[in-house]
Amino acid sequence: MTTAAVPMREPENYLNKEYGIRSWLLTTDHKRIALLYLLSITFFFFVGGFFALLIRLELLTPAGDLVSADTYNKLFTMHGQVMVFFFLIPAVPAVLGNFLIPIMIGAKDLAFPRVNLLSWYIFMLGSALMLYTILNGGVDTGWTFYTPLSTEYLTTNVVAAAMAIFVVGFSSILTGLNFIVTIHRMRAPGMTWSRLPLFVWANYATSIIFVLGTPVLAISLALVGLERMFHLGIFDPRLGGDPLLFQHLFWFYSHPAVYVMILPGMGVVSEIVACFSHKRLFGYRFMALAVIAIAVLGFLVWAHHMFVAGISLYSAMIFSFFSYMVAVPSAIKVFNWTATLYRGSISYMTPMLYAFGFIGLFTMGGMTGLFVAALGIDVHVTDTYFIIAHFHYIMVGGMVMAYLGGMHFWWPKISGRMYPEGWGKLAALLIFVGFNLTFFPQFILGYMGMPRRYWQYSPEFQVLNVLSTAGASILAVGYLLPMVYFLWSMRYGKIAVDNPWGAAGLEWMTTSPPTTSNFDEIPTVTWEAYNYDELKEVPVERH
Amino acid sequence: MSEHIATKRTYILVWVSLMCLTAATAGVSYLELGRFNIVLALVIATCKAILVALIFMGVRYISQKMTLVVIVAGLFWFLILVSLSMTDYITRSWR
Amino acid sequence: MSDTSSSVAAHTPALEHHFTTMEQQTDAAVMGMWVFLVTEIMFFGGMFAGYMIYRYMYYGPWLEGSQHMDFWWGTINTAILLCSSLTMALGVRASQLGQRTSLVVFLLITILFGLGFLGIKGIEYHGHWVDGQFPGANFRFPGPNPRQVELFFSFYWAMTGFHALHVVIGIGLVAYISLRSWKGAYGRAYHNPVENVGLYWHFVDVVWIYLYPLLYLISHKHALE
Repeated sequence: MTTAAVPMREPENYLNKEYGIRSWLLTTDHKRIALLYLLSITFFFFVGGFFALLIRLELLTPAGDLVSADTYNKLFTMHGQVMVFFFLIPAVPAVLGNFLIPIMIGAKDLAFPRVNLLSWYIFMLGSALMLYTILNGGVDTGWTFYTPLSTEYLTTNVVAAAMAIFVVGFSSILTGLNFIVTIHRMRAPGMTWSRLPLFVWANYATSIIFVLGTPVLAISLALVGLERMFHLGIFDPRLGGDPLLFQHLFWFYSHPAVYVMILPGMGVVSEIVACFSHKRLFGYRFMALAVIAIAVLGFLVWAHHMFVAGISLYSAMIFSFFSYMVAVPSAIKVFNWTATLYRGSISYMTPMLYAFGFIGLFTMGGMTGLFVAALGIDVHVTDTYFIIAHFHYIMVGGMVMAYLGGMHFWWPKISGRMYPEGWGKLAALLIFVGFNLTFFPQFILGYMGMPRRYWQYSPEFQVLNVLSTAGASILAVGYLLPMVYFLWSMRYGKIAVDNPWGAAGLEWMTTSPPTTSNFDEIPTVTWEAYNYDELKEVPVERH
Repeated sequence: MSEHIATKRTYILVWVSLMCLTAATAGVSYLELGRFNIVLALVIATCKAILVALIFMGVRYISQKMTLVVIVAGLFWFLILVSLSMTDYITRSWR
Repeated sequence: MSDTSSSVAAHTPALEHHFTTMEQQTDAAVMGMWVFLVTEIMFFGGMFAGYMIYRYMYYGPWLEGSQHMDFWWGTINTAILLCSSLTMALGVRASQLGQRTSLVVFLLITILFGLGFLGIKGIEYHGHWVDGQFPGANFRFPGPNPRQVELFFSFYWAMTGFHALHVVIGIGLVAYISLRSWKGAYGRAYHNPVENVGLYWHFVDVVWIYLYPLLYLISHKHALE
């Protein structure tokens, strides 16, 4: 069994086919573009994490003693903007989706490979604008850019930040467009919609949101920019403008955006749970319909972010109703994952640990979402740490764990190497413990009344804040570990076989890593998805 | 390639209709119909848009049904944005 | 897949390696273009939604503001864009029939119409600017509800401004296609880029079809009190 030494002549794959920076920067290979995105979003994960670190350090003590109030406003603003727009939204779609979707459907590439590369360059342009914003003194609008604060009263880099996010929005629009057309037009013979892996369905639903929602964010930010620069007072109260109009437009996108930040993770979890239960996914049809339902219903709930902002009570009731509805398909998914596990042949490899973490933590986050969908409770907990805990349970406990699970699951395919399993398990455990220690106290803090976005707090909240910061430091170690051992594995990791997990799916029928064109011949699919009962292969890596 | 190629006559007829509808909408705007003005204006505009979409943009002859679904979805989503936002504005004055 | 289409594919240099047939490639490109146009519907839709909400709230000022639009320039511009859609459609038709010269001529006329539209918009903008109808410190309006009329004008400038930007982009795209057509890149077998640019151009026309009545035609009588 070869370990450290690379064989004398590696078979040709997408990594070694061409060398040199030009072959990467001018590539149209979806797999290389996925890796370009991986570099970009990993960088921003650490930038956003750095802001989080400063926030948690400040909150160790009740007094505002580490940074000034204005600086604190910048910290939480940029933490949110960077994590949402430059990490979470692209993470699974632009990295794992780009890499896997063509292979999973039996195609040689996405429908529009050059548009794919363009989307990465647009992402980099937005990144440059964001870095400029950060280095030029930051921005302190809150990630939500509410008017008239953003249009009238701040002198920080509001326009630059708005432009940065406007630009990266187009990156995700193009990715979504590419995925939709690819999944419709490029499936291999026999790969019917009902045979698609749920990862593909999840990214398809996500792409619907990209295409229909992001443009509204774009126009809302553009109008903020126009108001700041040219005094086009669309939201100016002095002209009779309604600040809530901005919030309607902003949240029309930003609520569905949170489904962008969970659906691909759900797709990943479906793949992992089926593989490591060695069993067909329970309720395929409902799972596929559920992601579509979540994407569609997710567009009908946005004003639940505005319950205390001044919208009419009757409108709030409508949005509250729809907010309850959207929980139903999410719950169906959780039940179906659980049913898949039942009587499965379960193995506790690292990806599965992340999937377990997802299922538990997403459920908690989702359930607290139901709490805040109730108008009465929401009035009490809006703008408190309860909300912060709620969405971090979903975005971090859910999506980030799913992303890491997916990275571990498909790492052998992407790199041709195995990551070290022992370290993988340790990191997963640290992340789980660190996460809960960081964010569970925040539910309590919020319920007790600690407001969000405040840089100082009442002394009775200190103990829980200290616990939260302690958790964050454990979480940080947990996140650093995969960085280190993934890099390590690229040179020293065990060489991966084509299908180390014994998993179903076309991607596992290609080499690890795949060749540039994925398939020498487009396969003809005659089997259903998750055909674990038919697979003859025994997993190589299991315990 | 089985694509449908329209005749010059078809395009010119559509163009004439569009110009007539434009004249109509301009003329009608001089009538004092109160709140009905906008309804009429939007109806005429929609007729023009449908003509452009069906004939100039070839929606009438599109081979893939999926593309029609895409177009309808786009229009429907715009309506979601407007109508759900309006639930707020229209009901703000209700007790 | 029929034999004839695969032999066409083998001979068509425009077929990209990840597609199996020209038909698949063309279908994908057309679908992609429509998906992109849907994003544009939502982009403009945000402004249309805002317009409709404020019109509901401030009907009087909306009437006032509309009466200060130049009815004739707006109507002429509408006609110009409709003519440009005709020439664009005729150009696409020429590409379908492999008529290179007609194609280039129609595309160039389309560009001229587009430039004409922009020229008139420039005249209108200049007029509004001189009359103090640009929002901000220099805005002046002698009639009632000047603040809300300023709001109307904010929408006017934003909506027509973004529309004009799209016309500029459209002219750029048509110019690019004209150049490629001149060099013989498109013929009976492959003319999909012309169709897609046509779709973009017609879409920009449709946006104006709605902007025109909403901004210019609200009413010619005096505002209701």
